[in-house]
Amino acid sequence: MKKDLDMRGYSCPIPLLRTRDALATCDELTVLIDEPAARENILKFAASQNYKAECTDGKGEWTLHIVK
Amino acid sequence: MILSWVWILVAGLSFGVGAVLLVQAGNPGNYGFCAACHLRDIAGALGIHKAGLLQYARPEIFGWIIGAFAMSKVNGEFRPRGGSSPAVRFLLGALMMLGALVFLGCPLRALLRLAGGDLNGLTAMAGFLAGIGTGIIFLKKGFSLGRARTISGSISFAGYLPVVVSVVLAASVAAGAGFLYYSTKGPGSQHAPVVMSLIAGLITGAIALKTRMCLSGGFRDFFLVRDTFLLKIYGLIFLGAMVANLFFGTFKLGFTGQPLAHTMHLWNFLGLYLVGVSATLLGGCPLRQLIMAADGNTDAGVCVLGMLAGAGVAHTINLAASGAGVPVNGQIAVVVGITITFGIGWLFREKILAEATA
Repeated sequence: MKKDLDMRGYSCPIPLLRTRDALATCDELTVLIDEPAARENILKFAASQNYKAECTDGKGEWTLHIVK
Repeated sequence: MILSWVWILVAGLSFGVGAVLLVQAGNPGNYGFCAACHLRDIAGALGIHKAGLLQYARPEIFGWIIGAFAMSKVNGEFRPRGGSSPAVRFLLGALMMLGALVFLGCPLRALLRLAGGDLNGLTAMAGFLAGIGTGIIFLKKGFSLGRARTISGSISFAGYLPVVVSVVLAASVAAGAGFLYYSTKGPGSQHAPVVMSLIAGLITGAIALKTRMCLSGGFRDFFLVRDTFLLKIYGLIFLGAMVANLFFGTFKLGFTGQPLAHTMHLWNFLGLYLVGVSATLLGGCPLRQLIMAADGNTDAGVCVLGMLAGAGVAHTINLAASGAGVPVNGQIAVVVGITITFGIGWLFREKILAEATA
């Protein structure tokens, strides 16, 4: 199952927490974020779980695509 | 991998050894860096409170803001943004400052005090960790202060206010400007030369932004995803400061007789407990709020204003601690403050669910 999560504008560590919760209920997740710290935290989390993660740069925003 | 170790070393040495050098150059004991205490001294310099021994516009803080701003511009990360419950952040900032003033230090100073042998830092760190744990419970139950939006157009100037004010105040304290207050006795009169404080702040502010330093974030990253990057930085800060203290003979192991400290263990614990809960709800410890304010986050800027206001109130109605301990007003205020943060943690909940796509 694929899901979308818009985490733009949320304070640390909400983007990471909600991403973690969402990944417990789906196999593929697209997360939108705009804070560089959130991007780094989520990518580190994905790596620690051996998920595949790709990051595309928008204008001041990032789209993270995580696949279990 | 190697690059992260370079940053860990640079951050650890500049904060840890830098703090001790600032004390050698004139700052009070174990007071080289402290987000809360230094802001409180700035509040005094501006006349926000009238505690005569605690008035000095600490250039370390202005350096942090200017250094972080410069680094954020170099990185392309500077982004004026805001709109995430600023009024609540103002209040939480004031409560966070209250907790720090009851312990007599922000979490960074707790670490530096420990590195000076002040074991009260242990009590405080325990409280801090417990506070972060409590804050995480609220986060897991859905706590959120809502989205911030990028501010575009000419009103984005608001994102530059912290750095502009910092430049003006740094120049003012350097010139001995008459609109500021300067203590002639007590901790406010003890400070390193202005230029040294400013340069120390510039370097460490830039590093703090680059490494995303945040005392609450470091523990939280470990609890949630077993990431130890920030914890390693704190370990190095502790080691660097301790070795420097041993070298200069300023290491003194024990609970009693420590500089700008008291031994009311319960209130050392609860003071930093309050800081831990509020920092977790705010998304960053006092240092991190200053750094975020510098890179355009106006919500963090409002939190910093709340911290200044909190310092003002604390030193006007006798809430802040001193070497003699925590006044009854301060004890009541901490309990009330913790209750208020629990109320905020409980009330501000939002269901943010991922939406299924095809």
